[in-house]
Amino acid sequence: MTDISAENAALIPAPQKPVVRGYWGNVWNKLRYDYVTLFFLGLIIAIILIAILAPWIAPFDPNKSSMASRLKPPGFKHFVLGTDEQGRDILSRIIWGGRTSLLMGISPVLFATIIGGLFGVLAGFAGGRTNTAIMRTMDVFFAFPSVLLAVAISGSLGSGMVNQMITLTIVLIPPICRVAETATAQVRTMDFIDAARASGAKTPSILFRHVLVNVMSPVLVYASTLVSASILLASGLSFLGLGVAPPTPDWGLMLSTLRQSIYVQPLVCALPGVAILVTSVAFNLVSDGLRQAMDVKA
Amino acid sequence: MADTNNPTPPKRPLVEVRDLNVNFVSREATVRAVNGVSFDVMPGEVLCIIGESGSGKSVTMRSLMQLHPKKRTRITGSMRVGDHDIMALSDKEMNAVRGRVISMVFQEPMTALDPVYTIGDQIAETVMRHEGVSKAAAMERALELMQMVKVPSPERRLKAYPHELSGGLRQRAMMAVALSCRPALLLADEPTTALDATVQIQVLIVLRKLQEQFGMGVIFVTHDLGVAAQIADKVAVMYAGRIIEYGSVKDVLLKPKHPYTLGLMASTVHGQNRDQDIDAIPGSPPDMRFLAPGCSFAPRCKLAQPECLASFPEPNDHGNGHMSRCFRTAATTPAMEMGIA
Repeated sequence: MTDISAENAALIPAPQKPVVRGYWGNVWNKLRYDYVTLFFLGLIIAIILIAILAPWIAPFDPNKSSMASRLKPPGFKHFVLGTDEQGRDILSRIIWGGRTSLLMGISPVLFATIIGGLFGVLAGFAGGRTNTAIMRTMDVFFAFPSVLLAVAISGSLGSGMVNQMITLTIVLIPPICRVAETATAQVRTMDFIDAARASGAKTPSILFRHVLVNVMSPVLVYASTLVSASILLASGLSFLGLGVAPPTPDWGLMLSTLRQSIYVQPLVCALPGVAILVTSVAFNLVSDGLRQAMDVKA
Repeated sequence: MADTNNPTPPKRPLVEVRDLNVNFVSREATVRAVNGVSFDVMPGEVLCIIGESGSGKSVTMRSLMQLHPKKRTRITGSMRVGDHDIMALSDKEMNAVRGRVISMVFQEPMTALDPVYTIGDQIAETVMRHEGVSKAAAMERALELMQMVKVPSPERRLKAYPHELSGGLRQRAMMAVALSCRPALLLADEPTTALDATVQIQVLIVLRKLQEQFGMGVIFVTHDLGVAAQIADKVAVMYAGRIIEYGSVKDVLLKPKHPYTLGLMASTVHGQNRDQDIDAIPGSPPDMRFLAPGCSFAPRCKLAQPECLASFPEPNDHGNGHMSRCFRTAATTPAMEMGIA
């Protein structure tokens, strides 16, 4: 065997050294060629930047009305996207409205992920009575359609930004909790948990090092799909008058008030809806892309 | 089992299991998975437990490590490993024993490694837990272990995630984790079953070599008689939660005394004619929820007689530590010679 390998050594090309990347390196490498996700990721970053920089970007004060130029079409004078029923600049209001809408999209999901995720992991890992107690409580919330639940909670808490946030968080906790519970129950029966126990790991160490880390990626991906749902739900609440109070610019609220003028100026009325649509589609597609990129086994 | 001709005093067995019973209790039924199993493993000895699925092999091993859920498991009998009385250990003491005194290699290398950590991290985790050394020292140790289990280009593999390795490499990595603290006893739960034949033999060779090098006791569970023949010193054949034949690998595999072992041997491929069917044992193993009092194998046994169904046979001694539990042992030898069992 040695003589052959010596002869052929020169003929065999030196093995190419494979690149070793970390977890996030792998994620980025997969994401790099996913142009759709990259595009919408860029769009989300742009929307967030615009919302943050609203005071400097918005051409007009979003609350300054003018009786002379009400419900004008896009391109009227210096109003690029037209004006609403009180003569306020639509573009400025959409830019400012992004602040409330994004806040309503992201922060309830964040809180719900932390609370629901914790309860879910606890239920999945402990099993037995703890599981029953937590999951059956969640089932009670599942019995109501999410919009109805949101309306009911929001109705009893009253309108306003903080109350809307609390409402959305409560509505989003059960689905996240269920996903976390399912993922935990799955991970708990895997051999590597037994293997960790067999190598002397204590329960907290197993919970934090092995269970939580493995549960995190499905929960985070699921949570990211909820951002768009949360924006829509928040807009819906504002539309019904249960969310932020006028005259604060908010996409849902704008849609609600412009609704009455739909026969007068249909294009302008649709614009806040377009903003909601674009943002939620962007969040949905990015979370899809992330799910694929973050799957370790793919 | 003391050898009287040996001038040195007989060594104390590393593992002593006496009358181990494991029952899984649920509201509907009690599954009697292990029924009165006793065996010894000497230091540096490989005991192979052979049996079909559900015969209690894995349950026996997991009991040694207290891996069964406490609420639903009733364990009686005594187990001793080294100086540790397994039944008397607290949870905390058991954690110190696991991985350090006893460690375990699992069947499925695909799922027995955590997918989100690199191989190096997983080996280092165990080393750091039991020896309290720094991460850098633990990684050095991990590299050493990877070389020991003959993983090619170990430096690179340390930084690899489990899904980036082949089944054989993963199983070696699993062995590296198990061996990281030089355990006195290694439990191997069908470690080669999920691997293809060529990789299987490589893993067995590595395992056997390391076992000799470390002087470890090994309990190796398998349903593959070929694997048992290659690696075992002693063989225990399990059926329906009982050891029905026990002895040195040569005695059990070449001169089987129990009709079940005979049937197992007859059902392997060993140069029969092409057109000849392989002898299978008719029937299926008993339902462990409703075990009859007699010999559990009797309903499938060609040599069974009425007495077999009445009570469970006591051990017969065939010399040299060879034991079988069968009333019809006298009949098995002629049966084997006639080739009908």
